[in-house]
Order: sequence, then structure tokens, then C-alpha cells
Amino acid sequence: MIVDVSSPASVRASGWGWRYAGRQAWAAREIDVSIEPGERVLLLGASGAGKSTVLAALAGVLGGSDEGESTGSLMVGGADPARVRGASGLLMQDPDAQVILARVGDDVAFAAENLGVPRTEIWERVHESLDAVGLRLPLEHPTSRLSGGQKQRLALAGLLAMRPGLLLLDEPTANLDPAGVEEVRDAVGDVLARTGATLVVVEHRVDVWRPLIDRVIVLSSEGGVLADGPVDAVLSGQADALDAAGVWLPGRDPAPFSARPIPPGDLLLAARSLSLARPGSQPLGLHVYLDVSAGSATALTGANGVGKSTLALTLAGLLRPAGGELRAREQLAAGIGSAPAAWSSSQLLTRIGSVFQNPEHQFLASSVRAELAIGPRALGVPPTQVASMVDELLARLRLDGLAQANPFTLSGGQKRRLSVATALATRPRILVLDEPTFGQDSNTWRELVSMLLELRSRGHAIVAATHDEAFVRAIGATPLRLGDSRRADAAADRSGRAPAAGRPS
Amino acid sequence: MTVLAAVRTGPLARINPVAKLGASLIIAAVLLLSIDWVSALVALVAELVLLCFARLPLRTLWLRTLPVLIAAPLTGLTTLLYGRTSGTVYWHWLFVEISDGSIALAIATALRVLAIGLPAVLLFLTIDPTDLADGLAQVLHLPARFVLGGLAGLRLVGLFIDDWRALSLARRARGVADRGRIRRLLGQAFALFVLSIRRGSKLATAMEARGFGTEHRRTWARPSAFAGRDWVVLALGAAVGVLAVAVSLYTGDWNFVVRS
Repeated sequence: MIVDVSSPASVRASGWGWRYAGRQAWAAREIDVSIEPGERVLLLGASGAGKSTVLAALAGVLGGSDEGESTGSLMVGGADPARVRGASGLLMQDPDAQVILARVGDDVAFAAENLGVPRTEIWERVHESLDAVGLRLPLEHPTSRLSGGQKQRLALAGLLAMRPGLLLLDEPTANLDPAGVEEVRDAVGDVLARTGATLVVVEHRVDVWRPLIDRVIVLSSEGGVLADGPVDAVLSGQADALDAAGVWLPGRDPAPFSARPIPPGDLLLAARSLSLARPGSQPLGLHVYLDVSAGSATALTGANGVGKSTLALTLAGLLRPAGGELRAREQLAAGIGSAPAAWSSSQLLTRIGSVFQNPEHQFLASSVRAELAIGPRALGVPPTQVASMVDELLARLRLDGLAQANPFTLSGGQKRRLSVATALATRPRILVLDEPTFGQDSNTWRELVSMLLELRSRGHAIVAATHDEAFVRAIGATPLRLGDSRRADAAADRSGRAPAAGRPS
Repeated sequence: MTVLAAVRTGPLARINPVAKLGASLIIAAVLLLSIDWVSALVALVAELVLLCFARLPLRTLWLRTLPVLIAAPLTGLTTLLYGRTSGTVYWHWLFVEISDGSIALAIATALRVLAIGLPAVLLFLTIDPTDLADGLAQVLHLPARFVLGGLAGLRLVGLFIDDWRALSLARRARGVADRGRIRRLLGQAFALFVLSIRRGSKLATAMEARGFGTEHRRTWARPSAFAGRDWVVLALGAAVGVLAVAVSLYTGDWNFVVRS
């Protein structure tokens, strides 16, 4: 059935539930919801309450009976969503996973082609959709050169080309920097103002979407709907339940910590006019000056693409400096030379630990327990001692119930805790983290902050590449702001000063 | 596609990718039938003449054909040292034997690699993957599911390269990069495999969310037509093949590889 849906669609769920094939537990169940055309709904709930499952079902992409079983009924605009693809458009979290074709225009046209729209009308829709999301680029522009925020707007335009009556957003800004978050939120606002489409958005950062929504529905982890109503009433009425579920509530300070003043310790690592290069690329136009002392915390900040991650990887001894100097002092090096990039992999373990942006890149073992044992074993710690170290870490990071679980099957917050724990297992003097709070709920965020404060008080140094200003304040970090190299070069041309000097501000 | 950006100028860029694919397949098929130096040389000369009309940027031409230019003499060298011995033996050492036969075979093989490799590289140099997919689906009527799935998957290659780098750095950070290189690379390859399956399934969901894979008939935003000039390219490919066989038969050098 082809339906050219351009009018806002309603949602009706009664006693709806879904269980994925081969699973014991229901991913969502006993859901009774009625959403009128044009309503804008924020869908909240603890992780595992079935928010994403509901969105996938509304988008008609859950699959057939071979993918799982359903109960009750679910209708979009009075029809089964799986049979009227295009009635709703689903925007997901990962910007890289949603770019389909190589050129901007073709990518937007893709959905209209699939719905059998005639050729001339396809290109009208492409222009209209790109205009609606404010992406004013040539149709030939390569999609690989878009920023994260642009990619999400492109995906949104691709959905709009289907003229959906229902927009479904599944944490569409979790992987973006603050500028990208606003960019996408504003584009969605413009689209809603134009089309009047119904909106259902899943997001645990309430403040991002608050200006756009007029109703909140909270799903319960035990199944069913916990609360449903106007924004203020639900947020204040369910504040404690939402807080426990990791939802970021406006006005609730997510950081009830005050970083106690920690006296600066010995200098461990010093960067002087350090310049950086991504593997296989030209050096970035940065010259970094930085001292890392025991007990200190440094936040590497700056816009996307400026080289924060590259600096973190270089400081961690994983990438070679492109120029300048990065010297480990004797306090850190302990007799193995002063260039971290020249140390062996196992020599790094007790000196500098790394936590990657994507925890999955770091996982090597098939169980949480085995994962934590890898570092200590590489150091040659006797097996009985390894076991007790692992037990202690499991308890400290509340992973003890998951000791036998496969790291890849953990939730986002659990993966983050495990990736930090793997680095802590060998007690490195310096811990380098790349965007540790990206996409984390408020519970994981708080745990991370208290863990890092504890490490600081024990004399470990923290270096974190981050966009999260609340996080920088909470761990009491000194920001090192990296300038946009192109803009900094232009500024240097005018003033005649050295380009892009990153000094602690 | 920054890794393999297509050249989109010059006369070849306007040719339907299906025609270019067809022409290079014809030449390859004909040249694989015999191993003699005459047919390969004739095809190569004819191709070089045609190349002068293609107006491709020299630098790109040089960089893209480099692998073939390196591979051809290497193949020749291997054949020279280990090829079937016949006639006078000039040098002998263990399994290595250079003879009249292996010299002739080496020249024929090197020329053949060039004659098959050059047109393939050059024609593909000007093929944009999206245009090829349009052609395969609209001209050859291959299933859209298969063609577009492949095209979308191709875009993931760049991400796999990033993943591989991150995996390597992460292994150094985890303290396991000092020993057991082979085992580590195998483990890393498996990790990449797992990550790529995840990326693939996410991409599949994104495609489905945009109405891909439904029953009804798809339209195409970009028309892919097979015009007169495309037939000319196919005919040129065939002409190169026929000329090579004809000259080789005339000189008596043609040796059909499948002997009865």
C-alpha cells in the first residue's frame, strides 16, 4: 500500500507489547497510549523500558514474526505501520549509520525513490526537504564531508522527502557536540512549524527538547505507562522516579560535588610546542603547551574536528607527536626513557591509561571478568592476585552482577564503566579519557565524576577530551581550549602572532 | 568516496558505466583465451592509441595505473624464473630455470597483465559507484535490493579503516601489543568483523526506515540511459579483441589455452 501521507498522523496503542525472538523478557509491554495528530511528545523511561522498541515499531522497522512476537495493537494514522512505510520517519542516534549514499542530493532522494515517487517530483521534494532542515549545500556535495550535526540534518531531510505525518526521533543528538545539538533541535523545530507533523522524541536530556514538546509520556521498566500528561506536571510529579531512571531533569543540579582543592603533586608529563597529526595525515596547525601533574585534572576542549581526540591519543603515548616535545618526567617514566610513544605496550599500562570514545574498540575478551584481567596479566601479576584485583574492581564499579556477561551485550552506561575499569585495573599514574560522558544518562555521569574525583585525591592525573562543560566543572578540571586551526591561522595573519597556541586558560 | 573518487570530466565520464564494464570484460575475456605475446601486444598498442583520446589527467592516470605497472613486470619475473622450460636453458639454480620457453612466456604474461589491467583500471577510474549502481539496476535490470545494498555498504569501507586504526591503538593501550602479532591481528580482524556487522545492521535499519525493501516498484531519481556512444564503447572493446586475435592468428602465434 502506498500512502502519500502529508497530514499529521495519530498514534493508537492498546495493550501493545513486543518480545524479540529468542528472548525471555518482553522489550515493551502493556502499552496503552493515544497521541492526537500534531501532538509533540517526549518519551522517557529508564534504560530497558522499551523506548527504542516503541519507536522502531511506530516506524514499521521491527520486522515480521521471524524477528519477534507482538501482542495488542499499534496503529499510525489508523493503519499498521509496517504496511505504510513512509507514514512515519525514524531518526536514530548514530550519524554515521544513517548516511546511505555518497552525494547529498542522492541521499535525500533515496526515500522518495523507494516510495515510487515520479522522477520530477523526487527532485522537488529533495529541494524542499534540504531547505526545511536548512542544509544549503550543492546536491553533489559529498556526504562524507559533513559534520555530525549536518549528517543528522541530512538524515532528517531524507525522512522529510517521504512527507511523513509522524516524526520519530531516537536520541538524535546523543553523539553531537553542543553546537550540533542545537543545530538539529532547531531544524526539527522548523520542520514541525512547516508540516505540523506529530512528534515522538526519546531523549534523556529533557532541557534540549523542552521548548518543542507539549506532552511527556514515561514508560515503566515493569511494563506499561508510568505517567502521561503535560510537561511540567509529569516532570515534577515523577521527579524522583525520573531521576533514578537517569533522566536529566531541568533545574536539578547533576553535579552535587564540590571539588576539594587538591594540592598539585609532582610534574609527570610536559608538552612543549607539541604538534599533532592524525595517522596518515598532515600535522594539525596546533602547538600545545601543557603540564600534567599528579592529582591534576585537565579538560581538552574546543569545537569538533579541532584535534581534541588526536591530542588525547598523543598524550596517552598512542600516537607519535608530529613535532615539538612531549616528555615524561622521571616520576612517571621510572627509568624507561622520556618519550611515551617509544614505550612498549605493557610499559604504558602502569603509567598512562586510556579510555576510548567508543568503548567497543577497547574490548578484547568474551566476559567482563576476563576483560578486567587482561591488564594485570600483561603485567605478569600472579593469577590469584589478579582474581582478587578483578573482584575488587567489579565491586567498586558495580559490575559484579555482570562478571560473566559479554562486554558487547552491556548497556551504554555499563560499557562506559567497564572501559574505565579496564584502564584502572593497572593503576596508571595518568588516565586519559576521550569524550567519556557522550550519550550517558545522569546516573552514569555522576558515577564517572565521583570516580574521577576519587582518583584525583589519590594522586592520579586526569586528562579528558570533552564538550561537556558541567563535567569539566564537576571534576574541577583546568580547561585547555584548542582553537579552530583555520580561524586561528587567519587571526595570526592579522596579528602576526603564532597560530593556535593552546595554553591553559 | 574520497578513497576512490571518480574522474568526472572528459569523454569517458559521460559513458554509461555498464558500457565501460562491458568493454573491459570483452577485452579481458578475449586475452585470457591465449598466452602469446602478439595478441597481448596488439591489444596494448590499440588501447594506448585509444587512451590518447580519453583526455584523462596525467597525474591521476599515473597514480591509478601504478599498481598494474608494478604488477606486470613482477608477474613477468616470476614466470621468467619458474615458467615451463623449453629450448635452450640459460641459467639453472634449484627450482629456478631460465630458458627460451620461460623468456617467451614471461614477455607474453607481462604484456597480458598490462593489456587486461590498463583498460580495466582506466574505465573504472571514471566510474562513480552511484552511477554504476544506477546502470546495473536500470540498464541490466539487476535487483535493486542487491545493487543498492552493495552501494550503501561500499560507503562503510571508510569507516572500517577508522575502526581498524582505533582497534590498533586500543590494543596498545590495553597492554597486549608487545607480543603475538599474528594472533593479535587475527583477534583484531574478528573485532572489526563484529563491529562491521553492527554497522551494517544499523545501516539496514536506516534504509528500511526510508522505505527501502518494500514490495512496491521503485523509481529512480537519476536516469541511466544506454545511448549510441555507449554502443560505440562496447564496439571499440570488441574491435580491440578481434584485432588482437586476427593479428595473432595471422602470425601463427595464437595458442588456445584450452587444449583438447
